Amino acid sequence: MGKVLKPGVTIKGSKDGLHFFLDESRPFSTLLSELQYKLENASTLFDGPDTNIYIKIGDRRITREEEKELRALFAVRKNLIIRSIEAADGKPYLIDNEDGIHLLAGTVRSGQVLEHRGDLLLLGDLNPGGTIRCTGSIYVVGALRGLAHAGCEGDERAILAASQLRPTQLRISDVVSRPPDEWDESEISGMNFAYLLGGQIAVDKMHHLSRIRPEMEWKENRFRK
Amino acid sequence: MGESIVVTSGKGGVGKSTTSTNLGTALALSGKKVVLVDTDIGLRNLDVLMGLENRIVFDIVDVVEKKCRIKQALIKDKRCDDLYLLPAAQTKDKSSVSSEQLRWLVAELKEEHDFVIIDCPAGIEMGFKNAIAGADRSIVVTTPETTAIRDADRVIGLLEKEKLGYPPKLILNRYRPHLVKEGGMMDVDEVISVLAVDLLGVVPDDEEVIRAGNEGEPIVLHNRYLVAKAYRNIARRIQGETVPLLVLEKERPWKARMKKWLGFA
Repeated sequence: MGKVLKPGVTIKGSKDGLHFFLDESRPFSTLLSELQYKLENASTLFDGPDTNIYIKIGDRRITREEEKELRALFAVRKNLIIRSIEAADGKPYLIDNEDGIHLLAGTVRSGQVLEHRGDLLLLGDLNPGGTIRCTGSIYVVGALRGLAHAGCEGDERAILAASQLRPTQLRISDVVSRPPDEWDESEISGMNFAYLLGGQIAVDKMHHLSRIRPEMEWKENRFRK
Repeated sequence: MGESIVVTSGKGGVGKSTTSTNLGTALALSGKKVVLVDTDIGLRNLDVLMGLENRIVFDIVDVVEKKCRIKQALIKDKRCDDLYLLPAAQTKDKSSVSSEQLRWLVAELKEEHDFVIIDCPAGIEMGFKNAIAGADRSIVVTTPETTAIRDADRVIGLLEKEKLGYPPKLILNRYRPHLVKEGGMMDVDEVISVLAVDLLGVVPDDEEVIRAGNEGEPIVLHNRYLVAKAYRNIARRIQGETVPLLVLEKERPWKARMKKWLGFA
């Protein structure tokens, strides 16, 4: 452990048990090693009768893998029983899949269905008659010619983007749209994305995305030592 | 030990049987020992296209039910020495054979022949599943029509899942360069970009194919047609040769010369 001004892991006791606060501004792996250090080295502190553990992860959301690692750390002390893992404001603490975008390659052909929890980046084509269904956003590096359904469990912020957006049908959340028949070559050349605007699916050029979703815009952030 | 190749398409009427016949004949003409297996039980056609209908005694169902030996059911072609046909049964249906039986049959045929060409029925049901069971390689036939391409895409997906050892290859049949030029038909590149598979060859559309089929004579035997050349090239590619694609669109020489003379080209 390096020198830290404020610990990443704060432990507070109450009458129900111990509350572990994990600072969301630190990388999860750092927190894990700090937690491991504390659990293994503060030998007497955690000895004793069975104790309920409540883990608060703040504004962070973790993957199932991260949850497993977290639970494995507590497993070294048999008397510590994890009662709950909570994010701030009662939000779900798990992200459905890996943090970030899941990457897959290949062609989704007619009759095939690609389903995924979270955001998906497909390197390949989605052909007519084929389907991609995601709980998050769908990005296709290739031609999107089939049916794409983003935010299929209700995420209205999900978007659909493709190097060639010429779908048979687009769905975002529970809104269904088929591309206007009058799309001509000039409109589908270049990269486009689809998003929900006032309950309808709108299509725009990719370079307008940062304006429509300002939170996605990249910010200058150089490597630091 | 030979190689088994299934010719399939998903959609009916795109030219599976015509392709099987002509490829089989072309391979036999180049000195290989070839057997054509018609797996379209109940709707047999291959024998008609080959002009061998009246020679059928035993069929594929008799063979798998061990009512006869394989040798007895094989019909020798009229024109090529090393070309045989194993006809389908006409009075039965697809459920009369199983994939295990076909796998056995194809394995047996591979012992004696260089190429076993399996003509697959249309559709993606049992008949299709049986036909691809014993295949080492697969050829997907399609025409440049949206419906045929959609079905070909589906079939390629199914074939890729089967993991036959080699990815499926494509034959683009009934290609009409003039219609493509006018924008009324998809061009080769467009088809390839959608289906994302290797192209084995392009066969131009020609009425002579229908005439030859009706006469029970594979068109590949008539060297003067461009179609025959296309099939022969495909047969060479199957045997591992690198053959450039045919130039299907021939501008009439006098026109070209005239243009050049006038300074247009």
